[in-house]
Amino acid sequence: MTKQTLYGFLAEFSTPGDLLQAAEKVRDAGYQKFDCHTPFPVHGLDDAMGMPRTKLGYVIGLFALLGAIGGFWLQAWTSTVGYPMVIAGKPYFSWQAFIIVTFGLMVLAGAFSALFGMFHFNRLPRLHHPLFNSENFKRATDDGFFISIEAQDTRFNPAETRTFLTKIGAKNVEAISSE
Amino acid sequence: MNIDLKTYLLTDTASTRTRLLALGVLGLVLSFFGYFTNPAQFYHSWLVAFSFWATLGLGAFFFVLMHHVTGAFWSTVIRRIVESVMGALPLLLIFFIPIIFGLHTLYHWSDPGEDPLLIWKSPYLNTTFFGIRTVLYFIVWYLIISKLYKLSVNQTGEEDLRRMRRVSAAGTVIFALTFTFASFDWLMSTDAHWYSTIYGVYIFGGAYLSAIIFVVLFALFLQHNGILQKEITSEHYHDLGKLAFGFVIFWAYIAGSQYFLIWYGNIPEETVWFAHRWVGSWKTASLVLIAGHFIIPFIVLIFHAAKRNTGIFKAVALLLLVMHWVDLYWNIMPSLYPDGVRISWMDFSTMAGIGGIFLWKIWDNLTRHPVLPTADPYLMQSINFNKH
Repeated sequence: MTKQTLYGFLAEFSTPGDLLQAAEKVRDAGYQKFDCHTPFPVHGLDDAMGMPRTKLGYVIGLFALLGAIGGFWLQAWTSTVGYPMVIAGKPYFSWQAFIIVTFGLMVLAGAFSALFGMFHFNRLPRLHHPLFNSENFKRATDDGFFISIEAQDTRFNPAETRTFLTKIGAKNVEAISSE
Repeated sequence: MNIDLKTYLLTDTASTRTRLLALGVLGLVLSFFGYFTNPAQFYHSWLVAFSFWATLGLGAFFFVLMHHVTGAFWSTVIRRIVESVMGALPLLLIFFIPIIFGLHTLYHWSDPGEDPLLIWKSPYLNTTFFGIRTVLYFIVWYLIISKLYKLSVNQTGEEDLRRMRRVSAAGTVIFALTFTFASFDWLMSTDAHWYSTIYGVYIFGGAYLSAIIFVVLFALFLQHNGILQKEITSEHYHDLGKLAFGFVIFWAYIAGSQYFLIWYGNIPEETVWFAHRWVGSWKTASLVLIAGHFIIPFIVLIFHAAKRNTGIFKAVALLLLVMHWVDLYWNIMPSLYPDGVRISWMDFSTMAGIGGIFLWKIWDNLTRHPVLPTADPYLMQSINFNKH
């Protein structure tokens, strides 16, 4: 048998409204490592949880810029240094003709960085998660509204956190093991 | 100015009204004297100023059409402002009269002489048909605009929204056709040998962009005077900012496409238009246009914070409004001054003249009715609208 360690608590709430209020209280209590799980997007939950704005935009911006520079350089180098050829009587360095491929590579690099950046920030791909140990958690895709608080959180205290979750309106609080 | 919070009507509006009217009259009087010193300059400056305010009104018209066609509710709170701009458009027909008088100065096709190309084009490009078309555009616009405006100010509920949507759906198609032909007639035909099928879309891009940023500036002006301070939030500015950002790119995309195909084809009868805009100080004007109408606003507006910070947004909006004027100037003036840019005081007096009266009419429309569409069922949703 492997050693059973506590991953955290999973608290269930009856309605999206209860969850929204509870999330605000968890946030105001100073917890950092907690998450909300709902069957559908709940409007305003990001603010209630105190989620900062995603940094994905900056990642995409950077990669799009690199894609554009790379695309432009690729064409400029091949048509002036690598394989200079006269096409349609235009100069070797015809930047106008390069714009379309530059734009295309900018979009390509931006789109890929958006996809893989999203994976990175969401810590995907991931084959298993301790929350899946809970039978009750399956209802998160149906009619359950959950808040999970990780034991790793600096403010986490098994006894206090459990009473805190009950106090803010949790229907039931379940301890989740990390194995 | 002030606001009556029971009816949402603006009060104490007389001083703004007088100031705008005074500006307009002063501009018109100065321009009138300008006509006697240099008629060619007067007509060209007048056409630039007329196009500037007409495209602004047409952009607002399109904004309202899109608002109804898409069933948007975020923009319900600013709908009255846009409708007031739209409602001032038909008045501009009066200011087309000087252009009729200046046809021979502005448009070489009006006297084709021995020019075979112009003779070939004369079944379309002749003074009678030109006049008929312009009057027709204004009649069609007037009919749709007054219908939408009346439905909006008399709105009682959901059913009127459906009516406005039906009018807008048909109106969008009519708008696309009339706008394209109007920009061919008024602007593209100043260089009657040249043609570009994308030209209407190009002018439209600038027109819609100018209307979006004008609404931003107008809303900021109202809020600065204590009106709608709680109703128009940074969420609305953020969405207007996204729209403006999108159309900064759209304008550049269309302008780039027009240039790109002509550059690739390299046929003299097409490239001549760009060649004229790449000599002397026109080259500087072209570069200013690329930087001010695309690169600078693109870099600034891409940031989340810039669209929500009214100070930064206001600066970009002012820049873009000036650039819209530069764009039209750059389209029209090379046919008068092929050697280089020559700014005249009449460029400003005609802008003030037509603009003063146009803004006065907008102000008149806005103060006649509540500044919010109070009967609209989505108004509260629009005010409380949030989410990034």
